[in-house]
Amino acid sequence: MAFVVIQFLNGLASAADLFLVSAGLSIIFGVTRIVNFAHGSFYMLGAYLAFTLVEGVVGPALGFWPGIVAAAVAVAILGGLLEVTLLRRIYQAPELFQLLATFGVVLIVQDLVLLVWGPEDRIGPRAPGLEGAVSLLGHQFPRYDLFLIALGPIVLGALFLLFRRTRWGILVRAATQDREMAAALGVNERWLFTSVFVLGAFLAGLGGAVQLPREAVHHTMDLEIIVEAFVVVVIGGLGSVTGAFLASIILAELNAFGIVIFPEVTLVLVFLVMAVVLVIRPTGLLGRPEFAIRAASGVAEPPITPQSEAARNWVFAGVLGLAVLPVVADAYVLSVATEIMIFVLFAISLQFLMGISGMVSFGHAASFGLGAYGAALMIKHAGAPMELAFLAGIGLAALGALVIGWFCVRLTGVYLAMLTLAFAQIAWSVAFQWYGVTGGDNGILGVWPAAWAASPIVFFYLTLAVTTLALVILRRIIFAPFGFGLRACRDSVLRAEAIGIDRRQVQWLGFAVAGAFAGVAGALYAFLKGSVFPDVLAVPVSVDGLVMVLLGGIQRLNGPIVGALVYKLLQIVLASYTDYWRLVIGVIIIGLVVAFPQGIVGFFGTRLDALLVQRRNSP
Amino acid sequence: MTPVLSVEGLSKRFGGVTAVDDVSFSVAAGELLAMIGPNGAGKSTCFNLVGGQLKPDRGRVRLFDHDLVGLPPRRIWRFGVGRTFQITAVFQSMTVVENVQMALISGRRRIGALWPKASHLYVDEALELLSRVGMLDQADRACSVLAYGDLKRLELAVALANAPKLLLMDEPTAGMAPAERIELMQLTSSIVRERGISVLFTEHDMDVVFAHANRIIVLNRGRLVAAGVPAAVRADPSVQEIYLGSAGTPAPSGSPA
Repeated sequence: MAFVVIQFLNGLASAADLFLVSAGLSIIFGVTRIVNFAHGSFYMLGAYLAFTLVEGVVGPALGFWPGIVAAAVAVAILGGLLEVTLLRRIYQAPELFQLLATFGVVLIVQDLVLLVWGPEDRIGPRAPGLEGAVSLLGHQFPRYDLFLIALGPIVLGALFLLFRRTRWGILVRAATQDREMAAALGVNERWLFTSVFVLGAFLAGLGGAVQLPREAVHHTMDLEIIVEAFVVVVIGGLGSVTGAFLASIILAELNAFGIVIFPEVTLVLVFLVMAVVLVIRPTGLLGRPEFAIRAASGVAEPPITPQSEAARNWVFAGVLGLAVLPVVADAYVLSVATEIMIFVLFAISLQFLMGISGMVSFGHAASFGLGAYGAALMIKHAGAPMELAFLAGIGLAALGALVIGWFCVRLTGVYLAMLTLAFAQIAWSVAFQWYGVTGGDNGILGVWPAAWAASPIVFFYLTLAVTTLALVILRRIIFAPFGFGLRACRDSVLRAEAIGIDRRQVQWLGFAVAGAFAGVAGALYAFLKGSVFPDVLAVPVSVDGLVMVLLGGIQRLNGPIVGALVYKLLQIVLASYTDYWRLVIGVIIIGLVVAFPQGIVGFFGTRLDALLVQRRNSP
Repeated sequence: MTPVLSVEGLSKRFGGVTAVDDVSFSVAAGELLAMIGPNGAGKSTCFNLVGGQLKPDRGRVRLFDHDLVGLPPRRIWRFGVGRTFQITAVFQSMTVVENVQMALISGRRRIGALWPKASHLYVDEALELLSRVGMLDQADRACSVLAYGDLKRLELAVALANAPKLLLMDEPTAGMAPAERIELMQLTSSIVRERGISVLFTEHDMDVVFAHANRIIVLNRGRLVAAGVPAAVRADPSVQEIYLGSAGTPAPSGSPA
């Protein structure tokens, strides 16, 4: 019994920083409608800054408590600066591009942290006055954890008073409920958005800072916390602070007890709870009806038509050009080209999911990675030949997508997107933790192609053939009745249901198709690299896919090809020049979002269309 | 003769508000039944209860012998109920003719097909439907460039694609110019007469209602207060009171806006 109580208190203590981060994420989303991926970066910066300020690495040591507060305030100021200099420019852009910009910030902060603090873990000091432990029911319980347990309800209470008792809080609640109406009533949106961002960043920074005595500060904590925060927000309901509080306790308790009772399946437990909550209450415990993510805002959208003769010729010329590449290129160039083609395929499968089916995924890496692992596991454990392993990869990806999709199609918009991310993260953890089968972070080695396909040239041609074939098949599906059905559900669920279309079923199958094609890419990738590591399932792969699709222009059928080519090439070239390629890419992404809110192909395509129309109209 | 649609004791509450309260009516074969009433009377709720977008708390909705209560809209559609919406809902990523083809594809249960080109399927039928609503010349245009009246015609063509026995039209002429309204309702009534389709529609424009409805039912605050042929409803003092307020006294305050 005593043990249960102690473990429960442990859970409460670790819920505190999760709640702080999730509450900030939720508040920012409620008012600005921005899914702030950089929120995990705020948290990480809070932790690192607290470490520096408390220890006095640069300048005088502030001491523990002033250092913690100063770190949170510094992060709040950074958040405000970010809002004023970047986000303010892009509020009019489609939501997904705002998201992309915050991804850019994530990448930049990751490298800045490495530059400033280096890659090694930093251990913070103990909190003065709260060192040591108290004796509770015969167990030793850290004093500092008692402080954390109190912190959650204190912050919740403070936020409650702020939102209920102050004029500013009333304005925030008004804007959360109806932004247009609040603006129409004369609320100064600019100020409100900036101040909300400052508050959200402060909470995240504080969350990072207060966990300093508990856990080491390290440079991957941004993505770890953001994924957990997404799960919290999905369970609790977007925009609800109380929901975030409840959900962070639920999640932290699940972890606290899960680790004791079934250490191997803690994540499955978390996932099951989330699934149950979402099936029963699709908008989370305390959430209101979902917010759709719009890919394009207020722009009259042209119909998706089969590509023009010219575009088809370009693609054909591209394939032809690739076909003669082995004549001039060496093995390195060929392997780079092969990798790019694989990511073209990956990006196209994601566009099928987002642009055609209207389901935004933050976790498409799940399908890619399952494809890779399916192939690798077949080789490692069954000693199967490449061809069979390849099919196993596609099969596992399709199966995974069927399972994930079954839950996801119950939701829409942001909720769906966050759920995909959570599932991808679960797949990653399984691959990471299940040593006996997946080899954990040692990965699976020796996943080489069959003898006939072993030479780089042959594997290049194999990839070219598979990618081209997949492209043709996906195109065909887009313009087949099934693709029309998917587009119908994306365009208007109301109308689709009113002409007899079963939205969930159609979208579920669409999810599986997209997953299977991503699995093809993943299986190819496994054989190209000769090995598989949990990285193939990790957040950066999902993000890469999103960046490729969005850069290319989500509505343009050939957009992902250009997006994948440009982005992957950039990544490979930059990585060969500098260790800090994330920083450069982050800056480039932000620059592109500010300059071309429609995507590269979208931008030039629109200019091109305008030119053509002009020419046709002029005598 | 059994009515096409029969509604008995339909009720729906939202929290403390009874939006639809024990409403019963029926639509006979080939009949155009207008549902009228002030804003907030429960017309749209009633519509969504019949169309399956909402589930009633109590009551029965039958199409011929089929019980429709609890069925999702897509199943109700398969029984032969076409629907147009107050705010038009069309597929933006498709051309005008493709919108109609989509409905035909769904009707023939071909939506799972992965290989045939959708734009080559049922072209003649789709064009014939478009021609019937006067949209043939706009078949290949994008929906985003259509005038509002043309979107309404497109919705009508889509609603006709499954050879419906009953059309549910929620404010078919809302947002249109007066001349266009008359034109659209004339088109609608001539189509349903030639095809023997029954229609249940709501409408604010009394000229449209009295010119085209065979019968009228009047809702106020969720309750059915009058039903009958247009002349009888027009003469009904309770209807006059709802629309004009009784003589000498101001309109009752607190009526839902």
